[in-house]
Amino acid sequence: MDSAIIGTWLAALLTLGIMSFLYKDNLYYKICEAIFIGISAGLWFITYFWDSLYRIAWIGVVHEGRYVLLGGVVLGVMMLMRLFGKIGWIARWPLAFIVGATAGLKMMVYFTTNAMAQIHGTVNDTMAAFGGSGLYDVVGRIVILIGTVTGLVYFYFSKEHKGLFGGVAKVGTWFLMITFGASFGYTVMSRMSLLLGRIDFLLTDWLKLVK
Amino acid sequence: MLALLRIAKLVVFISSSLFVISLLPTHSVHSQDASPSGSNLGPITVRAHDTDNDAGGSVTVEWDDPGYEKMSGFAGFLIWRTNTLTGTSDSVEVTPFGTHSYDDRSVSDDSTYSYLVAALVNSERVMSAPSMQVRSAKQWFDSRLTWVLILGLIICGAVIYFIESAKRGTKLFLRRIAGLEAIDEAVGRATEMGRPILFVAGIQDMDDVQTIAGLTILGSIARTVAEYDTKINMPVRASLVMTAARETIKHAYVTAGRPDAYNDDMVHYVTDEQFGFVAAVDGIMVRERPAACFFLGAFFAESLIMAETGNSIGAIQVAGTAMPAQLPFFVAACDYTLIGEELFAASAYLSGEPRQLGSLKGADVGKAIAMIVILVGVIATTIASAWNSESMLWIENLLRKMFSTG
Repeated sequence: MDSAIIGTWLAALLTLGIMSFLYKDNLYYKICEAIFIGISAGLWFITYFWDSLYRIAWIGVVHEGRYVLLGGVVLGVMMLMRLFGKIGWIARWPLAFIVGATAGLKMMVYFTTNAMAQIHGTVNDTMAAFGGSGLYDVVGRIVILIGTVTGLVYFYFSKEHKGLFGGVAKVGTWFLMITFGASFGYTVMSRMSLLLGRIDFLLTDWLKLVK
Repeated sequence: MLALLRIAKLVVFISSSLFVISLLPTHSVHSQDASPSGSNLGPITVRAHDTDNDAGGSVTVEWDDPGYEKMSGFAGFLIWRTNTLTGTSDSVEVTPFGTHSYDDRSVSDDSTYSYLVAALVNSERVMSAPSMQVRSAKQWFDSRLTWVLILGLIICGAVIYFIESAKRGTKLFLRRIAGLEAIDEAVGRATEMGRPILFVAGIQDMDDVQTIAGLTILGSIARTVAEYDTKINMPVRASLVMTAARETIKHAYVTAGRPDAYNDDMVHYVTDEQFGFVAAVDGIMVRERPAACFFLGAFFAESLIMAETGNSIGAIQVAGTAMPAQLPFFVAACDYTLIGEELFAASAYLSGEPRQLGSLKGADVGKAIAMIVILVGVIATTIASAWNSESMLWIENLLRKMFSTG
């Protein structure tokens, strides 16, 4: 039998098994779940083994002499110290290193993209709105200005949301909820396309009902 | 010896320039004084310098066009490069119409280069004189980001100030966050019902700040769980998160005076595969029927699947993430949702830890600056635009410069 046909049948049966969860938890779903988890965990183990241990630690350090990679190897070995009770505390050091290094690396990116660019964009856009743009643009940019400022007020934690401040924060909440509603609808539509993709696979590739 | 070396370099440079010119078809090459088709244009002037604010490996070539672009049959400018150390020459690029500068990113910091630019008109090439020799180099400070540094220092200074204040015992005020009050309620309900609680710290690794915030909240929840003697089940997707979560829960049990009740199996690895992990969590939910589910961390497409399953089994659900695309699903399917930065605020609020409290207060200073700048910027630009006010224009330009990220 053609291996492609076997593959299609396996994919179709596993798809139906996972979808059967919509009815209720059942043996068919449990089998598919166990296959999915087992195979994926094994796959990731092999991926990490060849990508990290073999390609970086062994080839990189031993064969290519890139000794800077030894730092990662040492951190990895320190993580394994957790397996030995008395010196298990050593495993906290690589964790601290990862958290600290990542925070430092990402700080600039977040600060420039999430804060600076947002402020720059809001000021510029609103300015252009008053510079002779169409009514649609003017209204849009004023809405962005109000949404940004009231959103910032909502996420200001040093003052209780009471009085005028609370009212402005409430407007910020409305903006958030309207945004969430639009985002919800948009994402559900994209999920529908995923579902349609699976149904198309079942009807076209498996059952051959659609040509 | 050094003088001899310089003379040798000069000889190499002159000979390589002559070599480049000799490579070009003699019937179509004109010197800078000559012009095709009887036109009477001046020479092309070329300047080459190290590209500003980069990590090396790039030279910027700029030239003035005396008017070749306006001639019929103009096809572009040919950039010709000579490595003055090795004497090798090659064409780099033919630039399109209207372009008078080019970043050559194929150079080495270890060599020096000289450039020629030729205007291609019909089948003829009009050469410039060679540029001065140039060498690329990396810059340790990106001058375009000076204001980023200044603003960053202001905010970091505020963070450090508030951290030190908190350490000295100053009480820092943080407003109440609604979702937090639900945590004790959810754990209490699980205890009454004799059912476990489920905690998912997102699907990202320890290099995501949301995972760290989730684990900080886990510490507080685990302390309550230990005090109430409730069961906690925490499936994880990343091995580092598993290690960190075990440490967190263990510490919480020790703090609650119940180290004997801690068990490593409370936190267990499932798989790194996103939807394999979701399938497992869904299975755990419908089989163990936890009374409370906590989803606190970074989530992607699995957010709705997990929150819907938790909803279907009637669990109290508290979620929190800073992933904008996933927040709508948590808001729709969970009882309480910590939106965006509330996740980090909750983490600081619950831990009461000076560093976290100080960071949050410092971030509030940043937000206050942002609000003021936006409002001042809009007012200034509006007045500048409507009444041509010089002073307002100055403010507008200053703000533009300050918040430009290059």
